[in-house]
Amino acid sequence: MTLQQRLRDSVLAAFVAAVLALPLLGFETIDTGGPLGIRTRFDYVAWAAVIVFAGRFAFMWLLDWHRDRKIAMAQSADEAEQRDLLTRLGSKADKWLMPLLIAFAIVLPMMPFADRTVIDLGTVVLIYVMLGWGLNIVVGLAGLLDLGYVAFYAVGAYSYALLSLHFGFGFWESLPLAGMFAAIFGIVLGFPVLRLRGDYLAIVTLGFGEIIRIILLNWTDVTQGPNGITGIDRPSFFGFPFTASPPDGQTAFHDLFGLDYTSLHRIIFLYYVILVLALITNLFTMRIRKLPVGRAWEALREDEIACKALGINPTNTKLTAFAIGAMFGGFAGSFFATRQGFISPESFSFIESAVILAIVVLGGMGSQAGIVLAAAFLTLLPELAREFSLYRMLAFGAAMVLIMIWRPQGLLAHREPTIRLAKLKTGSGGSP
Amino acid sequence: MTNPLLRVEHLTMRFGGLVAVNDVSFDAMPRQITAIIGPNGAGKTTVFNCIAGFYRPTVGRLTLNCNGEHYLLERMQGHDIAARARVARTFQNIRLFPKMTVLENLVVAQHNRLMRASGYTVLGLFGWQGYREAEAVAIERAKYWLERTGLVAEADEPAGGLPYGGQRRLEIARAMCTEPVLLCLDEPAAGLNPRESAELNDLLRFIRDEHNCGVLLIEHDMSVVMQISDHIVVLDYGKKIADGDPEAIRNDPAVIRAYLGEPDSDEKGAA
Repeated sequence: MTLQQRLRDSVLAAFVAAVLALPLLGFETIDTGGPLGIRTRFDYVAWAAVIVFAGRFAFMWLLDWHRDRKIAMAQSADEAEQRDLLTRLGSKADKWLMPLLIAFAIVLPMMPFADRTVIDLGTVVLIYVMLGWGLNIVVGLAGLLDLGYVAFYAVGAYSYALLSLHFGFGFWESLPLAGMFAAIFGIVLGFPVLRLRGDYLAIVTLGFGEIIRIILLNWTDVTQGPNGITGIDRPSFFGFPFTASPPDGQTAFHDLFGLDYTSLHRIIFLYYVILVLALITNLFTMRIRKLPVGRAWEALREDEIACKALGINPTNTKLTAFAIGAMFGGFAGSFFATRQGFISPESFSFIESAVILAIVVLGGMGSQAGIVLAAAFLTLLPELAREFSLYRMLAFGAAMVLIMIWRPQGLLAHREPTIRLAKLKTGSGGSP
Repeated sequence: MTNPLLRVEHLTMRFGGLVAVNDVSFDAMPRQITAIIGPNGAGKTTVFNCIAGFYRPTVGRLTLNCNGEHYLLERMQGHDIAARARVARTFQNIRLFPKMTVLENLVVAQHNRLMRASGYTVLGLFGWQGYREAEAVAIERAKYWLERTGLVAEADEPAGGLPYGGQRRLEIARAMCTEPVLLCLDEPAAGLNPRESAELNDLLRFIRDEHNCGVLLIEHDMSVVMQISDHIVVLDYGKKIADGDPEAIRNDPAVIRAYLGEPDSDEKGAA
């Protein structure tokens, strides 16, 4: 667009703005004591026109500049590919980024700067990493959009809380049970919604998440309603409690190792527990992707009708995805309960589901390393910007919109094939 | 005379007031290529969808005879037809798993066998030897079909990136990886150039002769149909108007009328 065209366009926009501004800004009613008087303020109209003129001019210029740059980039497409750091990172993420992140996570509590706050923050990040990895099975691999994942998190947390409260179960005994209960809930939810896909599934799962929360809120006899459950058993080091003065007949953790008592022990222990749980989730996902059921999930995400034509039972395949995703949610939930020592329905609101889904989408669906980065980003950002907590959701929304514009496939979207013919190097040919 | 592989009896499919397929009966023999032809909207794909279990026929019986077993297809679930009765199909508008690689597409097709071998995932998670062997066999089978369809070089590429002809061949290879007794192909030559069409003919003959597999084929491309079919069924307006070998069909007055006598038949939408 030439300068002349651009000017003409901007004048036109300014004219439209002036016409609109005349009745809206040009007149003001004033209270004259008797009848309503009218005051004119045409300077406002002029300002509006000037601002629109400048804005339109700048906008058109930016648009042109962007288009030119795009053309230039398309001409040197290879260079652009090289320049896109995230794309390059994505393709190598699982090879070296993951070991790097894991190594960092392992040494974090031993770092000099690692005080209570840092380790607590690390624990929160890891909870979200685990939830992200769990949801990734459902959303990233099986392609089932689940907006109610927090329900399984809640089921896991309440399972542990109630088992510990009524039956005196410890954390390690409850963990598999909590996962199992969550998986059962996953199947229960899965059955009625199997025919649904995409948006419809999202709405139903959203409803399911709310149902669980409202049940927790109102079933006072069992869940103690909005008061929540207090006094949940804190975790012990495989039977050795983290207390300054253990009850009779038990050895405290610090006595066992001959250390001085400090409350930091438990925090570090909790950090490592969630680290191990998260790594198990990761390992499980990596393995199951290479198994027939994992491949069937991905195939189901790509084309359900073709799956049917190949004899894959879509019902069972979807149910396993739901159940396994829910199971990891349940594990994370029971960890959450033991860490907090207190749970209430408030912790399991819809916004949690939204954050977990945002982590999966932001990280790049199906990318394990991407989810770690996204989880760290989305949990650390609000912590670092506490002063701006009022604008947190605004910034959150804006960030999501921007990501969707620039990287709709997520930060580190890259799909690594589960098998490669090139790597097998077996003899060629042969009849089936 | 041998038993037919697939016997279709009085197949009728109604969608509300529309009768898409009306009292169609025919047999498909083992080790033969049976073609279903007809003008657009004649109900060919509907017949296919009934056979493959995507639709439940309003009236009729579909019997598949496989190794002495009889399967009544109209009573089975879609995925069961593929898994147990071993009917494989391809689609008119190709349905691959575009983001998965070519090889993965072929391994997914062997899902049920691998699922059993992996102990329904449990044993597979722990890297059980039996599963690894089963997977190696599956990959060998995939490789065999990759060689047959000339896709070895693209084995690790995403299936969605293949050229059109390659996607068509991959879909056939994927269907063959399920080791079917009946292969149903919905317009496999659509969009292929003459050379690719000729290659397809060779591939289908090979499947028929070497793999003890019946082929059921919908096709518009008469060069394909007339060259390779052993048996042709002609549909028009949902009814069967002719049934016989290519020579008989070529000279059948009803068929000629259906194809040449109704110039506006193209406007009735896809089959």
